Amino acid sequence: MSGPSIYEPKTAIERWLDSRLPIIRFGVDFMDFPTPRNLNYWWTFGAILAFCLVAQIVTGIVLAMHYDPSGAGAFISVEQHIMRDVNYGWLIRGIHANGASMFFLAVYLHMLRGIYYGSYKAPREVLWLLGCVIYVLMMATAFMGYVLPWGQMSFWGAKVITNLLGAIPVIGPTITTLLWGGFAVDDPTLNRFFSLHYLLPFVIAAVVVLHVWALHVPGNSNPTGVAVKSKSDTLPFHPYYTVKDGFAVSLFIILFATIVFFLPDAFAKVDNEVMANPLVTPAHIVPEWYLLPFYAILRAIPDKLGGVIGLGGAIALVFALPWIDRSKVRSMRYRPTARIFFAFWVLSALVLGWCGSQEPDGQLFPGVTMFNLIDYDINSVTWVSRIAALYYFAFFVILGLLPMWEKTRPVPDSLFTPVLSHGAAVPAGAALAPEKKG
Amino acid sequence: MADTLTHTDAPEPSRRDFINILAVSASVGAAAAVAWPLVDQLNPAADTLALASIEFDLTKVALGQEVTISWRKQPVFVRHRTPAEIARAKADDHAPMKDPATDASRVKPGHEQWLIVLASCTHLGCIPTFGGGEYGGWLCPCHGSLYDTSARIRKGPAPKNLYLPDYAFLSDTKVKIG
Repeated sequence: MSGPSIYEPKTAIERWLDSRLPIIRFGVDFMDFPTPRNLNYWWTFGAILAFCLVAQIVTGIVLAMHYDPSGAGAFISVEQHIMRDVNYGWLIRGIHANGASMFFLAVYLHMLRGIYYGSYKAPREVLWLLGCVIYVLMMATAFMGYVLPWGQMSFWGAKVITNLLGAIPVIGPTITTLLWGGFAVDDPTLNRFFSLHYLLPFVIAAVVVLHVWALHVPGNSNPTGVAVKSKSDTLPFHPYYTVKDGFAVSLFIILFATIVFFLPDAFAKVDNEVMANPLVTPAHIVPEWYLLPFYAILRAIPDKLGGVIGLGGAIALVFALPWIDRSKVRSMRYRPTARIFFAFWVLSALVLGWCGSQEPDGQLFPGVTMFNLIDYDINSVTWVSRIAALYYFAFFVILGLLPMWEKTRPVPDSLFTPVLSHGAAVPAGAALAPEKKG
Repeated sequence: MADTLTHTDAPEPSRRDFINILAVSASVGAAAAVAWPLVDQLNPAADTLALASIEFDLTKVALGQEVTISWRKQPVFVRHRTPAEIARAKADDHAPMKDPATDASRVKPGHEQWLIVLASCTHLGCIPTFGGGEYGGWLCPCHGSLYDTSARIRKGPAPKNLYLPDYAFLSDTKVKIG
């Protein structure tokens, strides 16, 4: 933690404990952490994500008490036992299953915040890398959790993803066998996925501790990207940001509850209401929405290993962002050109997501057939995803080259200045005073 | 003094160096020995491996029909090919392919009406469906790979022809897979 401790033990017991385990000091200083005073609502997703992780762990522990991790029993234990017989089982599973989607919604907004405002830049590279590790762990956890109900989509999703790893040269087939524990996806696979699905959230919690630690060394970035220069640029985390975060979490819970109570099957696939059958593949396999862009990249490349490299690269490049983007200006608020490329990048990810949900030879303009190029008609979903994937990757190249010719807008001297220029109602002199005094 | 010592000649390995190397090697060896069972337990268990071979009665499959049977928990196609399908497969023997193979190499001599292949698409493992696409064979619903009437990959992302399991004809009407 930066700054001297503000905690002074007042009673003999507190002094006694403080010299043995300074846990109260830790808590007090944590809540007092100096936080930039200009953080906007995009900075509330940390608290929202903490809420999501706790909600998933609590509901997950309860569901594990009623779940039967066997090929014969899993589907019945979820669809009949938990959903119909266990008291409030429908609610707890509704929270857990939709909670995964809510978690990813929040994590994507959190990551886009980091990219838009350049939060990953020095000295916060390790913070960014730890966040990326959490994201990858989340994808692994969500994938394994999706397998557990043992419906058709669970089974075939597991088969496709484990085969995907088989495309890795040399070690791929061994990894696949170790995941399967047999010749194909089967009971042993389900058992180990259940074990790992229970383990990984606690690994995520541990990495979150490191993530928060790495945050507390340099402190928060902020929308201007200008470093905190004095104490007057900051406010104590509590009560200022506990209240702001609390309000944002409340809004998030309203959205969450709306889905759980009124649209509980909004993200569900009909095929997953059919028990897993290793002899029948559903007509149209799609992953959950949060993995669709990567799925579209996989399908866009007409080669098995190439597809896997494309998929892995799309994630690996996000890890590498602090070393790709060398611009001296942190926040895209002052980078009008970068901002446009960023907006199109978000659009490319959304287009890829749409493509991933469609059949590969589906037509963009119905009824129009043009000509085949690399296995697919030009007017096909595959070609839309190829173009979108190309831009997805090109964005990282653009971000790397942009500082050579980019014209940036002037960056304010202090993170406080734009606040003053916006607030016309506040007399400039009065608002300036605290900063001057500081 | 100390400076000249470290720069001119490297110090002789001491007994302590030897003990350090020995201790570290022993620890690494022990750690590997402990880790191996924890990794190897993930491999298929003996009772899983024991489901190795099955026999199948071919009289159940009429001409032009196909059945999907389960072998080692994997789907296997047993297809009773029509003369037209065989002729089409042979005609394409020398067409450009990703994984070139003649039709004769994909069936047993004298039993070329029987095509027995693993029903997992070599791309990502979905089960292709017969009768789709321009080659008269299988179409994979997941990512659109097309196989011909010899189950050879002709188009799409799959890298290989559908795999042939080990099998032998016990008689004209009975086959043993595995």
